Amino acid sequence: MSASKAYEFQDHSFDVVVVGAGGAGLRATLGCAQAGLKTACITKVFPTRSHTVAAQGGISASLGNMGPDDWKWHMYDTVKGSDWLGDQDAIEYLCRNAPKAVYELEHFGVPFSRTEEGKIYQRPFGGMTTEYGKGIAQRTCAAADRTGHAILHTLYGQSLRYDAEFFIEFFAIDLIMSDDGRCVGVVALKMDDGTLHRFSAKQTILATGGYGRAYFSATSAHTCTGDGNAMVLRAGLPLQDMEFVQFHPTGIYGAGCLITEGARGEGGYLVNSEGERFMERYAPSAKDLASRDVVSRSMTMEIREGRGVGAGKDHIFLHLDHLDPDVLASRLPGISESARIFAGVDVTKEPIPVLPTVHYNMGGIPTNYHGEVISGKGGADDIVPGLMAIGEAACVSVHGANRLGSNSLIDLVVFGRAAGLRAADVVDPAEKAPTLPKGAGENSIARLDHFRNANGSTPTAELRLEMQRTMQNNCAVYRTGEVLEEGVKLMEKVHAAADDIKVTDRSLIWNSDLIETLEFDNLIVQARATMNGADARKESRGGHAREDFPNRDDENWMKHTLAWVDDNRNVTLGYREVHNYTLSNEIEYIQPKERVY
Amino acid sequence: MVELALPKNSRVTKGKTFKAAQGAKKVRKFQVYRWDPEGGENPRMDTYEVDLDNCGPMVLDALIKIKNEIDTTLTFRRSCREGICGSCAMNIDGTNTLACTKGIDEIKGEVKIYPLPHMPVVKDLVPDLTNFYAQHASIEPWLQTRTVEPEKEWKQSPEDREKLDGLYECILCACCSTSCPSYWWNGDRYLGPAVLLQAYRWLIDSRDEATGERLDNLEDPFRLYRCHTIMNCAKACPKGLNPAKAIAEIKKMMVERRV
Repeated sequence: MSASKAYEFQDHSFDVVVVGAGGAGLRATLGCAQAGLKTACITKVFPTRSHTVAAQGGISASLGNMGPDDWKWHMYDTVKGSDWLGDQDAIEYLCRNAPKAVYELEHFGVPFSRTEEGKIYQRPFGGMTTEYGKGIAQRTCAAADRTGHAILHTLYGQSLRYDAEFFIEFFAIDLIMSDDGRCVGVVALKMDDGTLHRFSAKQTILATGGYGRAYFSATSAHTCTGDGNAMVLRAGLPLQDMEFVQFHPTGIYGAGCLITEGARGEGGYLVNSEGERFMERYAPSAKDLASRDVVSRSMTMEIREGRGVGAGKDHIFLHLDHLDPDVLASRLPGISESARIFAGVDVTKEPIPVLPTVHYNMGGIPTNYHGEVISGKGGADDIVPGLMAIGEAACVSVHGANRLGSNSLIDLVVFGRAAGLRAADVVDPAEKAPTLPKGAGENSIARLDHFRNANGSTPTAELRLEMQRTMQNNCAVYRTGEVLEEGVKLMEKVHAAADDIKVTDRSLIWNSDLIETLEFDNLIVQARATMNGADARKESRGGHAREDFPNRDDENWMKHTLAWVDDNRNVTLGYREVHNYTLSNEIEYIQPKERVY
Repeated sequence: MVELALPKNSRVTKGKTFKAAQGAKKVRKFQVYRWDPEGGENPRMDTYEVDLDNCGPMVLDALIKIKNEIDTTLTFRRSCREGICGSCAMNIDGTNTLACTKGIDEIKGEVKIYPLPHMPVVKDLVPDLTNFYAQHASIEPWLQTRTVEPEKEWKQSPEDREKLDGLYECILCACCSTSCPSYWWNGDRYLGPAVLLQAYRWLIDSRDEATGERLDNLEDPFRLYRCHTIMNCAKACPKGLNPAKAIAEIKKMMVERRV
């Protein structure tokens, strides 16, 4: 019996199918439902388990609750933070719409911390300044240090008001593409009974998050496997700027759990083994609140030069013990708890051992500021009809080569909203559902069946570890040509070794051995794109720091990398221009200059 | 005669034992509840010997090590591994808690792990939480206002905001509800501590204007009043919250609006 006969599809038809139920996915889902579109949201975890829940410090918007602020200052900071790889039309859209998006969240019920006047409390964050770099801005709106949790739970509650249909613990496998290159839906596996589902959709919105788990040590959840990114690659479409991986300066040493940048925003600082506040040397004006790439590199330099702390001199201390215990209890209760559980540290008395840890993917699915996916073929900005991407999965690109802290949560809701608005414009509910091409989903069945019965000799966990170690060793904070070239070869090997993969669980109900294998298969293609993109980019920019090419090279490299990974495991690179224009006449293109904090 | 024993198909049998590798020095036994819905067999307790010298400090680290290296068929939910997503709630050493924040060294002797009690089991340590989620939806967990929305934020004083502390932090892990004997017996009609804590979170929010309707929705011998202040909920909560107190506050609001 052929594989496709053993599995049968259950068919569904929607105007819009959103894949993913984090901040971006939920915001898009409720926007589409509000607009009267028949909307489905498919998610592999219950919505409040999505990784948005782990965001701590806050969400940026120039509300000006703590002092003067302007969306143009926010835009300048974001452009500078991106090391001029961000598209300035998209950045303008983000910063202009940020205040509205935060007020909307507040009206939805997010329990923001408050100022004495009852306004939303805002704290300083890395790279956020006033008057184009002159002062320190307090722009990051916070619900203590559990802002992501507060936002995600609120968005989930809101989504229950509307007529959207949730498909929870459904694992999306592939996009369904028509012969003329339009996306017409997705294939998903229902985890609790093993049935296969085919969703036809006039618009598919990928909100599947990042792929932090390509690395060995990441603040990312186990479920951050970038499934949507890999679906896009399998559809023959490119990913963009994958070499730009953000290392968060303060992951807990060993456990990798996040300690928010808000800890430094509230007055915390880093010290080396000599008790020196070394950030003053690297970033004389912003100090500990320099941009994340800058702080992570500085910490790495300190450790390399023998000034790391601990028995192995291999990490750094974050001090909060000088702060008022009441401030710690009211503003930073979550990380106080994390430090106690995962580092055995009482933050009121001792420093937290920290290390730069993989945290965020600036790269992802290329889109315009409406969320529409760019095909990478034909005209530079031609779109893929029927397909959108938002959130960490997308590369709009507002973060360019380095994202500023608290710009991620705002990205989720601004572009989640934008996708909903665009869908309302382009999708006609009265129109007939797109017909699925003949044999739609057959390739997904073949892939699923292949892995479910994979009878090689290397368990998935072993291959995954090999991939994670290679990424950790060969594509880290600092990179060199030699190490990257080796990384490219090692990663090819790991990918080839997947021919010998072994899955033991043959069942259909909640087969997490199979799901982890599909996730590994998703991760490895993204890891390949990341390593190859990093090897090719012969300059240093934002999160991509080449020791052999220490300077930014705008003449040759102010361009987005595009990476394709085909079925034969070949990686192809291409490039696309950075938008050197803004959205409106209210602000001019911000010219590149040296990036100093 | 009423049969007081468990039905035959739910008797837990002794399962397989997976020995630690030779030479492992710090070995701890993990006894884990296993049930395969497709096999037609009774649930069983498998025993895994784990070398703690090569394992992270938390129970979740051990479960992941077992899945990666010993038995890939072991099935459980997990995601954030830092106590914020609520996926890995299970019964460990007799208490409902999160596997990711429960230290192995907090447990003496063999580590016994079961799914959250009194919920239908989908497979191994994965419970079916459909009813729990539906109950949560039934309290309408969103801000309800009638006044015309301001252009900017609703004002809320720090004091009013403080009333949400100890409530909004709930991660919907269901540790409390599934530790509550009242919820065990009447889980179909009693909302249980987690959902009532959420109900109170919206009742006490100074911005919310649907207090009356919210209380009407709870005014029921089962939905609210099956709480008998047993307090297991407060003891179990891995985030240190006190659902029993929230429930008592709701009961107080009910009395107050009558007088």
